[in-house]
Order: sequence, then C-alpha cells, then structure tokens
Amino acid sequence: MAEPATNDIGIEIRNLYKIFGSNPAAVAPLVRQGISKTELRDKHGHVLGLRDINISMPAGGIQVIMGLSGSGKSTLIRHINRLIDPTMGEILVGGEDVVKMDRLSLRQFRRHKTAMVFQKFALLPHRSVLENTVYGLEVQGVPRAKQLESARHWIDRVGLSGFENSYPNQLSGGMQQRVGLARALTNDAPIMLMDEAYSALDPLIRTDMQTVLLDLQKEIRKTIVFITHDLDEALRLGDRIAILRDGEVVQQGTSQDIVLRPADDYIANFVKEVNRGRVVQVDAVMQPVAPGHQPVGEPVRTGSTVDVAMARLAKEPDQVLTVVCEEGRPLGTLTLAAVARAMVSDEH
Amino acid sequence: MDWFWKFPHMNDDSLRNLKKTIDDGFREFTRAWGGGIEAFFDPLRRLLIFVERLLLNTPWPLVLVVIAAIAWFASRRLSIVIGTVITLLLIGYFDMWEDTMRTVSMILVCTAVAIAVGLPVGIMMARSNKLQSIINPILDVMQTMPSFVYLIPVVMLLGIGRVPGVLAVVIYAIPPMIRLTNLGIRLVDRDVLEAADAFGSSSWQKLRNVQIPLALPTIMAGINQTIMMALAMVVIASMIGVQGLGQPVLRAINNQYFTLGLFNGLAIVGIAIIFDRISQAYGRRLQKHLEAVHG
Repeated sequence: MAEPATNDIGIEIRNLYKIFGSNPAAVAPLVRQGISKTELRDKHGHVLGLRDINISMPAGGIQVIMGLSGSGKSTLIRHINRLIDPTMGEILVGGEDVVKMDRLSLRQFRRHKTAMVFQKFALLPHRSVLENTVYGLEVQGVPRAKQLESARHWIDRVGLSGFENSYPNQLSGGMQQRVGLARALTNDAPIMLMDEAYSALDPLIRTDMQTVLLDLQKEIRKTIVFITHDLDEALRLGDRIAILRDGEVVQQGTSQDIVLRPADDYIANFVKEVNRGRVVQVDAVMQPVAPGHQPVGEPVRTGSTVDVAMARLAKEPDQVLTVVCEEGRPLGTLTLAAVARAMVSDEH
Repeated sequence: MDWFWKFPHMNDDSLRNLKKTIDDGFREFTRAWGGGIEAFFDPLRRLLIFVERLLLNTPWPLVLVVIAAIAWFASRRLSIVIGTVITLLLIGYFDMWEDTMRTVSMILVCTAVAIAVGLPVGIMMARSNKLQSIINPILDVMQTMPSFVYLIPVVMLLGIGRVPGVLAVVIYAIPPMIRLTNLGIRLVDRDVLEAADAFGSSSWQKLRNVQIPLALPTIMAGINQTIMMALAMVVIASMIGVQGLGQPVLRAINNQYFTLGLFNGLAIVGIAIIFDRISQAYGRRLQKHLEAVHG
C-alpha cells in the first residue's frame, strides 16, 4: 500500500478573485480595474479577499503559501477544495476546473483527490485515534478491513503506534496533529492541503513534525499545499514558495529566490530575520573555477547550504573549497570571505 | 370622552357571534373529521395498551429486576441501582404498584413519541434559520398556553381516554426536546464540520458521524427535561381519563384526603427521581471521552 505514488496531479490557479460582501458580482469589474482594498471597503462595503492569484503548483512537490494573518492565505487554500467559492477565476486540478464542478462531483473530488490537515486539528472528539484515522475511507465507503489496514499503517508511520484506542482529548497537541496527518494520509489522495498545520504547536514539536513531513514526502510524493505564517518553516519545507500580502501574491519562487532576491522591502524585511546559512546554497556564492586550479582537501557537493561550507572553512580559514557536481566534476570555488558575506544580509 | 375612561370594545353581539361561529365551525370539523383522526391515532392507542399490559401482567419481581438492570447498564453505579430498588419497593408496599406501572407506561410512550417527533424537528430547525423563526414562537405557545385550554379541543376531537392524554402530555413536554436538539446541533464546532466537509461527507454522513454524536449530551438533557415535564402533567392528564398515579391525587383534591394525595404525590416524585438519575448518568457516560484530559 505504501508504494511510492507516481503523482501527476498538479494545481493551476488562474486569475482567481474572491470578494466578500452582499453582491460581489456587482463590484467585480471595479476590482478587476484595480480599485484599492480600502476604497472597496469604504465606498462599496465589500472586502477584498484575493486579487488576481496566479500560482502554478507542480505535481509531487511542496508549495508553501506564506503570509501574515489577514493576507488571505487560509482563504486561498480553501478555494482548492472549494470550501470557499471564488468570485471569479479558475482552479485546475489535474486539468479539471474545480470551480465548475457540481455538488456531487465536488464531493467525489474531495473524497478521492484531496485530504486536509487543519490548524486546530479538527478531530472528532468522540472517536478514538483509529476511528478518526479511518474517517476519509469510511466516507468513501471502502470496506472496513481495508480501512483498518490502511489506518494502522499510517498511524504507525506518524509514530502513534499504541495510541490507536486513545481519544484526542488524552493526547498532546503534537500527537493530535499526528492523528490529523495520519487521517489525511490514510485518505490516499494525491493532494494534501495543510492549513497552518503546525502553527499551533510548540517550536520544538513543530520542527519535529516538519521532519516527519519531509521524510514521508520522499516516498509519498504528494502535491502538498502548505500554509504558514512562519518564513523559517516556509523555507525549510517549500520546494516553491508564494508570498501573499493583502490578498495578492507579492513574490513566487524557490527559497533561494526569496532569500537572495527579495522582490520588495516587505519581503526583505522578513528575510532579514532568517538564518541564511541554512537556506542559501553554495551554488549561489561560488566563484568560477580559475584555470589551473588544483582541488585541495575534501570538496563540497552542489546544493549544500553555506553552513556546511562554513563549518569546513572555520577549521582551515585559508583553504579554497571546491564545489563539485554529483559526478564529482568541479563547478566552482569558495573562499571564507565569500561564504561569510553570504551569511549576513546586505542590511548589516 | 367616554372612550377615554372605558376601553372601546367590540360590540357584544358581534363578539358573541364571533365566538359562536368559531365554536360551531370547530364542532362541524369534529363531526366531519373526528372519526378519521381517531383512526389515525389508533396505533398509538394500541401501543399504549400494549406497554401498559406488559408492565401490569408481568410479575412485579421481574419488572423490578428489569428496571434495576436498566439502571445498572445506563449508570454503572450501584448507588443509583439501590436507590431505584428501594423506591420501587416502598411504592409497592404502600399499594401503589399498579398505578405506578400505568404512569410509567404512559411516560415511556410519551417520551418515545416526543423523541420520535422532536428529534427530526429539532434537526430541521438547526438547518434553517427561517424554520427556526417559525417554530420558536409555536414552542413558546406550547409551553405557556395553560394546558386546560388545549385539553378542550383535544377532548372534543378524541373524547376522554389515553390518546388525548398522550397528546396533551406530548404538547406540553416536547418543546425542550426540540429546543435542545436544535441548540446542540447549532453548537457543534465549526472546525470539525469543515473537516467533515473537506473529506467529502454527504449531509447524512455529517449528521450521523459528527452533528448528532457531538450534540448528544445536549440532546440527552432535552430528553431528561421532556421526561420531567411529562411527569408534571400526570395529574392534569388524569382529568381527561388517563389512569395512573394522577387519579388518586385528583380524588384526594375533590374529597380532601390529605394522606392519599401525599402518598401518590411522593410516588410521582420517586419515579421522577429514578428517571432523572438514570437518564443523567447515561448522558454523562456518553461523554466519557471528554473526561481524560491530557495533562
């Protein structure tokens, strides 16, 4: 059952708008013309939730959507399984537009294509861990024996063996979210929506759960949409990151893009607080190999973080490190000065 | 200035005619539909007689053991079982066993009817604010209208006996069942409902797996209230021919038999306490999963 899924279901969000209020259709043209959020609220009594969102989420990767509270990130993730209906726009999942689905096909879509993990866990308090975990399959009408087999497997994988018969109330927050994760995984859907899944957890447990997710993702290869307000979490988990502010996407890209080339002051301000050593890769700071350069000492692999290079250089400050590709061919060189420069942001 | 000191009311003839027209109309309705309505409630009458015979024809020690067993399985507390048995023994010793069984059978049927009608109404009410705004005033009327007032049309339609008694009791006792079902379902955590939606639950699956289980403690409180209110109606129901502990009380009022009234009154209190403790203990046991909290 745990065969590595070959997942080809990506998510494509196009020109998505969400306006809250009594008659969103009436003010929609104004919003498309670019009326400001405050003007819309004060003059027309509508609240702008999302404006012209375009994100392409690759199949089998983790797409992080980051933003502060009120940025519209939780609204956005709820559009993917249409817990919230958009005002305009398209959400293509595996080529099918979720917005156009009728009630029954939407229900089938939710049962078989998506699973969701919630910030406040949202477990059924009257059901044991095992009974919570089977919920998705139970709703699908899968035979009971199959439900239990699958549920036990994932309970074990998230590290909850022995707690099958406990009630959510008897578990700590971190353990409750493991149940939430097991419930979503048991659903065996290609898409996993995680709405601030770890925000309610203590920092240490949060890091722990991030590791659990990254380890699992190596084999499950699901298309994961992960919402967070924490940039460190975003950088750690995200294959791609989109940053949301006031209902608009302000920057999209890999963690390298975000840290090294912040699109504006707003993002630069966030990035300032980040531990760059753990994010920036050596590829971004290495110099081209000088002709006749003789590699000395053990090289570092491409894709390593500058932390790794720094640890090496701290022992022998005068050394020139060689960066090599997977096959061992030299790609560039690193000096202590270059690595040190990469670890502090321009502001300092 | 006469109108200032004396409220200008409808003239006497018109008022008399109005009342007469309504009365005649209702009498017509009774003549035309009485038989049909009686036939409609016939299954209810049979159920009542069946339950009553079952309780009366079963030897008393057997009934006692069954009730004690129910008390044990609902509450799992020895104190409640012992209290139940002692109360019932005292009732029997003071020669009120038969009347008590009649009253208990009446209460059982009334509660069953109240649940069968009240639960679906409460659920529908929770789903629609419009329906809630229609039903709420009706429930207010049912709870505040003096029961004698609706006894009149009930008796005109169905005569005197068990069925009109059940109707009168159910009208009086069903509002808490409906209100608390509605409230319980409306109070279900929105996050959990959203999760149920996200996993693609149909509305029936949501009702069965999430809403009713989470509302159950509140619904149980409604059932408990319904039983208590049904017991409070026993004496009034006896006025329209419902047999049981109410009739001796009625006789005691008419003839000023203080002790007769007191004994039967205490018997009603006794079974009220039994019903209350058992149903509450059962309600608490349903929430066992909430007790053990992570430290």
